[in-house]
Amino acid sequence: MKELKLMKGNEAVAEAAIRAGCDGYFGYPITPQSEIMEYLMYQEPYKTTGMIVLQAESEVAAINMVYGGASCGKRVMTSSSSPGISLKQEGISYIAGAELPCLIVNVVRGGPGLGTIQPAQSDYFQSTKGGGHGDYRLLVLAPSSVQEMADFAGLGFELAFKYRNPVMILSDGVIGQMMEKVELAEQQPRFTEAEIRENTPWATMGKPNDKERNIITSLDLDSHKQERHVAHLRDKYLEMEENEVRYEEINCEDAEYLIVAYGSSARISQKAVELARAKGIKVGLFRPITLFPFPKKPLLAYTNRIKGILTVEMSLGQMIEDVKLAV
Amino acid sequence: MSDITKEQIRQPENLVYTKTKLLTDKALSYCPGCGHGTAHRIVMEVIEELGAQDNTIGIAPVGCSVLAYEFMNIDMQQAAHGRAPAVATAVKRLLPDRYVFTYQGDGDLAAIGTAETIHACNRGENITIIFINNGIYGMTGGQMAPTTLPNMKASTCPYGRDVETMGNPLKMTELIAQLPGVHYVTRQAVHTPAGVRKTKKAIRKAFDLQKQEKGLTFVEIVSNCNSGWKMTPVQSNKWMEENMFPFYPLGDIKVDGQLIK
Amino acid sequence: MTEEIIIAGFGGQGVLSMGKILAYSGIMQNQEVSWMPSYGPEMRGGTANVTVVLSDERISSPIINSYDTAIILNQQSMDKFVSTVKPGGLLIYDPNGIIHHPERKDINIYTIEASEAAGKLGMMKIFNMIVLGGFLKLKPLIQPEFIHKGLEKSLPVRHHKMIPENEKAIDIGKDLIKAVQLV
Repeated sequence: MKELKLMKGNEAVAEAAIRAGCDGYFGYPITPQSEIMEYLMYQEPYKTTGMIVLQAESEVAAINMVYGGASCGKRVMTSSSSPGISLKQEGISYIAGAELPCLIVNVVRGGPGLGTIQPAQSDYFQSTKGGGHGDYRLLVLAPSSVQEMADFAGLGFELAFKYRNPVMILSDGVIGQMMEKVELAEQQPRFTEAEIRENTPWATMGKPNDKERNIITSLDLDSHKQERHVAHLRDKYLEMEENEVRYEEINCEDAEYLIVAYGSSARISQKAVELARAKGIKVGLFRPITLFPFPKKPLLAYTNRIKGILTVEMSLGQMIEDVKLAV
Repeated sequence: MSDITKEQIRQPENLVYTKTKLLTDKALSYCPGCGHGTAHRIVMEVIEELGAQDNTIGIAPVGCSVLAYEFMNIDMQQAAHGRAPAVATAVKRLLPDRYVFTYQGDGDLAAIGTAETIHACNRGENITIIFINNGIYGMTGGQMAPTTLPNMKASTCPYGRDVETMGNPLKMTELIAQLPGVHYVTRQAVHTPAGVRKTKKAIRKAFDLQKQEKGLTFVEIVSNCNSGWKMTPVQSNKWMEENMFPFYPLGDIKVDGQLIK
Repeated sequence: MTEEIIIAGFGGQGVLSMGKILAYSGIMQNQEVSWMPSYGPEMRGGTANVTVVLSDERISSPIINSYDTAIILNQQSMDKFVSTVKPGGLLIYDPNGIIHHPERKDINIYTIEASEAAGKLGMMKIFNMIVLGGFLKLKPLIQPEFIHKGLEKSLPVRHHKMIPENEKAIDIGKDLIKAVQLV
């Protein structure tokens, strides 16, 4: 059996990133996710795996450092919480436009504005519908446990490189701050430069003498070419909808009612399901794990055999719009 | 002169100048008379002389030189407005044996990117910043820049920059020279052959110091914007000498980590 | 078995670390655990609290409104959490600094004079372990060998020499716990 550790979600995602062969972390402190950078700085991975950890002057600088690192074909990441993620949106839009892979962790707190440091799920729209300017999507993973915070670091990098697209882990203050037992993956080596040139031939690492140079940009002043580029992005998102939908079903087999909830709300809803079942009410929990792509088809499959759906989220109601569209 | 035919001119032995192969064949998008073209050329010539075409990554800004990557025949990244020093920071940290430079205008470097510029300088990142200062936003059509001179006219200060309400021009170069992480700071111009030679030498020095991991190197090039200033190229260069140079005096500002008194 | 516990007191009393040791010991005993702290400005000099759940089954919610056990170490926490103990549940508190003692009649109430004991020993750092000992005396959910492993896991290696003192403090706590009211 592998070693079990008791870790906060924030610590788990940081440790898992090191183990996933992450090359660089760039961040700026904000509650309730500061433990991510604190953990990394304490671990000093630059002395072991060679991973760079840098505290930037702002969230804006941090996401643009991610842009630079990702442009070199490196596995790079940043993390923040809601107000900080808003600041990063410009950079995220550029990263999506330039088709760069990266991992962004959002440990959501309540808003709007400076809001509260307590957990919330009110960044659903921002995360799943783009967030910054222009036509783009992030691939959004919603962990509901510390174990998933760890697992999604490796998965996030894998998907980011598969699609050349930013991946967001949409967590919240509960999952970030709570400790649970977690089983960590083995240490993966960082990509060598030869592997990067092989796997990501678009990367700007210095133009080899026998090859064409690479350019990383999100700009196309020719509107027809830009339109074709956006159509290409759309095709990529359709491919994600086809291949990357993830969800969990708990007590759904005989369910007459369905609770749809993600992240920490799914945890609390699971308790509600247990209590309802004890009273003889047949309730099941449907937990979307990818919020984009949203599990539309599997949810649609329930509509003919259930009496009702209850959407539970820590917001004024954001995911409910996707649930309505799905059914 | 009249006895040389066009055919003869094209003969290799009569060749007196060729464009470096580190500039692409794409026609420059800059206005005729603008200093950007010359600045591009000497940066690329330095990289060619260093034999570093395969070992250099350039970061283009937002502004007139947003398309620098179309002309500079090396691996290039195009950064968000003002963020080039942050982008370059990560590139250099992750690929420390490459030459990494940013090429930025005054709006990019001294207005929207002030924080990124100051903090990359303060961390002493081993990168070279090439700063083109023409005192105006050229790309967007001649608006006031952070470096626009007092009383100088621009489309958003049509009666001249009123320092009482619009603030004073920002001497970013002097400002960052104060920071311990910054090793070499110089201000040059490329409107005369002598100026071009000196600027090229300065850029070469900056790249050499980068190789030696001395810290951040910073070359400001005071340049003209004949379109934005609404002048002919010749008038604009004269105006630059008479008005820009007194406010932005040419010469070294910091050498070997020491401020020049 | 599921035990839902709130530990609350001043920041600096070792509230969070007591919870962490308890949770880690639970893992060592092959249980499911969750540890959910109050965080942010609440932690700065004011009160701190942590919810620990130990269970034989997968834990659904780490956030709870009512508890099987409340361990209360200052007046503010008493005011905030006394009403959250389930009827028939357990309240343990250190009377040091408590002005308004709990008046509920439907819960089991114990006191533990841990700060006084730790003060006498000149070792305020083990105060929280004395309290933990009192709790474990009443609810021996975790065997001493697993507490030992939990201490090894929670404390940095450089503090491992302190483990025997911590275990001694747990034993002291077991002797100090006093029933005030039983239902």
